[in-house]
Amino acid sequence: MAIAREAEPVGSLSEVREAGLDREDLLGIYRSMILTRGVEERGHILYRQGKIPGSFYTGRGNEAAAVGVATAMGADDVGTPLHRDMGVHIVRGVEPWRIFAQYMGRADGPTKGRDGNVHMADSQLGLIAMVSHLPAMLPVAVGCALAFRIREERRVAVGWFGEGASARGDAHESMTLAGTRKLPVVFVCDNNQWAYSTPTHLEYATEHVADRAQAYGFEGVVVDGTDVLAVYREAKRAIEKARSGGGPTLVECLTLRMEGHAVHDDAFYVPKVMFERWAENDPLERYRNWLRQHADMTDEEEDEISAGVKKTLNDALRRAEESPMPDPANLLEGVYATPEDLDTPHHK
Amino acid sequence: MAELTYLQAISDGLRTEMRRNEKVFLIGEDVGVYGGAFKVSLGFQEEFGAWRVIDAPLAETAIVGACTGAAMMGMRPVAEMQFADFISCAWDHLVTIAAKQRWRAGTAVPIVVRLPSGGGFSGGPFHSQNPESSFAHIPGLKCVCPATPEDAKGLLISAIEDPNPVLYFEHKHLYRRIKGEVPEERYTTPIGKARTHREGTDVSVITWGAMVHTASEAAQQLEGDGVSVEIVDLRTVLPWDKAAVLESVRKTSKVLVLHEDTHTGGFGAEISATIAEDAFEDLDAPVKRVTAPDSPVPFSPPLEKAFIPQVDDVVKGLRELAEY
Repeated sequence: MAIAREAEPVGSLSEVREAGLDREDLLGIYRSMILTRGVEERGHILYRQGKIPGSFYTGRGNEAAAVGVATAMGADDVGTPLHRDMGVHIVRGVEPWRIFAQYMGRADGPTKGRDGNVHMADSQLGLIAMVSHLPAMLPVAVGCALAFRIREERRVAVGWFGEGASARGDAHESMTLAGTRKLPVVFVCDNNQWAYSTPTHLEYATEHVADRAQAYGFEGVVVDGTDVLAVYREAKRAIEKARSGGGPTLVECLTLRMEGHAVHDDAFYVPKVMFERWAENDPLERYRNWLRQHADMTDEEEDEISAGVKKTLNDALRRAEESPMPDPANLLEGVYATPEDLDTPHHK
Repeated sequence: MAELTYLQAISDGLRTEMRRNEKVFLIGEDVGVYGGAFKVSLGFQEEFGAWRVIDAPLAETAIVGACTGAAMMGMRPVAEMQFADFISCAWDHLVTIAAKQRWRAGTAVPIVVRLPSGGGFSGGPFHSQNPESSFAHIPGLKCVCPATPEDAKGLLISAIEDPNPVLYFEHKHLYRRIKGEVPEERYTTPIGKARTHREGTDVSVITWGAMVHTASEAAQQLEGDGVSVEIVDLRTVLPWDKAAVLESVRKTSKVLVLHEDTHTGGFGAEISATIAEDAFEDLDAPVKRVTAPDSPVPFSPPLEKAFIPQVDDVVKGLRELAEY
């Protein structure tokens, strides 16, 4: 039996305007979603060209979930996005050429070649770089919220996890601490239904991951993760609740991982019919239709957005390919921080 | 100067920093109302309030992980593990995130994790361990192990001031057993700088933490035999003061490396290897290690006594070296 609230889909433009988005915002969201998918598609090509070492991960199918939540965050809010959340980096404003440089292990990637794929973040944009131990980022997000609470700042931390990561103790401990202290944190579960090859019924025994929230003393809500405006509305509600002292919320965005766990994985274990059914709910196509139907997006506007994204990607690729490989002589640099490293907007 | 116990000196250091810098806060199990399992933070919640002396749920992963997040947001968190042994539950957050974040993502993580460690009171396998060697192997962390009240205060202040994750191993057996003069004002003790606990000319003991005092008693016994023992208190094992160790080795030409942790892969192995690499020609005897044997820490008193290096074990080792 489900306990979490199941969110309604978003309908009319007036409803969206009430949620605080004007038409320009709506087109901006569309652009972010296209750019997110574009970065990952180009990345995939780079990988096949042999230009990306190691493995390669995408968040295809998760664009609406990532962009929707990130759009609901305030400028001073912070977050710990994971490897299906490229859209968060895009919305917060990371320059795409630096993402390609990161993919290719170049000196100008956010980690300067020290870490790969989406293990990156620009702290100046309020993001914290993920580790492979995915649920380990949740206590970090809770810690950010703790700092905001101690200093009585009206800021919110957003911690992402997958339904796979929800199995680990980190998730439980984070939600326990955040719940008992009513910390300003929003837990966002990207439930893409497959933890590598493991289906949901082998990962959790409740109907929804968000059903657990009640056990920690806060609200859980399940939202269709392919509906960017519904995700935005629920994330906004949760973030503003946290900001005004109402404590955490668990927002579960239900999607399907439309590719393998990583590029090497053909996802043979996912039933074909499942892919077909979710392909009908492609988040980009769905939002595009909504914009045409409810916000009168014109052919010209659409072409302009597509052409702009294409140019951004082409320029970004060129610039990233010009970025040098990192110098092994600098390998030991920065293993330890210096007092100057604390001279950041966050540490002040 | 006031005479303080080792435990009072830790409290004094923590209180000093909390009064000086409002970014410093303490989080742990039972640290607030109860004042900590060992009473290090007794009275702190009254002075600093419940949001700077935070009673956490029994959740070490969340405690250390939250410290990491709070540190990235500009705070200077101090986490208390009720016992050092429980740091196993927060390994990921120290080793996977805190230790690597500056190098990987440019984000400093200035946290201190206080770790009441060591045995000698029948704490058994889960309340007596000395896990510093495990962490001394992790680039990006710092590990400090004070042996005296003066260093307990100075090193804690240095640890809080440091922009890196610092593990502060406070030895439980020293809490109320060791007293010493501690300056009342704020001061720092440098991380990575050893201290000569006792000058000597015939044999060097390289050690840290509670074993400094075991070595001291052994050295007094050797005095009667006319053997002059030098004791180098490392104070910190990551980074460690290689230069001070090599200087003492060159002076005495005979070395005993002593630690309470188990033998294989203990930090003594690193020290011994370094001496072999850098001071082989200066040695008049093979380097000797006196350590706990390779077993979990036992509970029953005769077993624990056999496990933790005793004064007699050190005396025996020193005599063998002196006669070599």
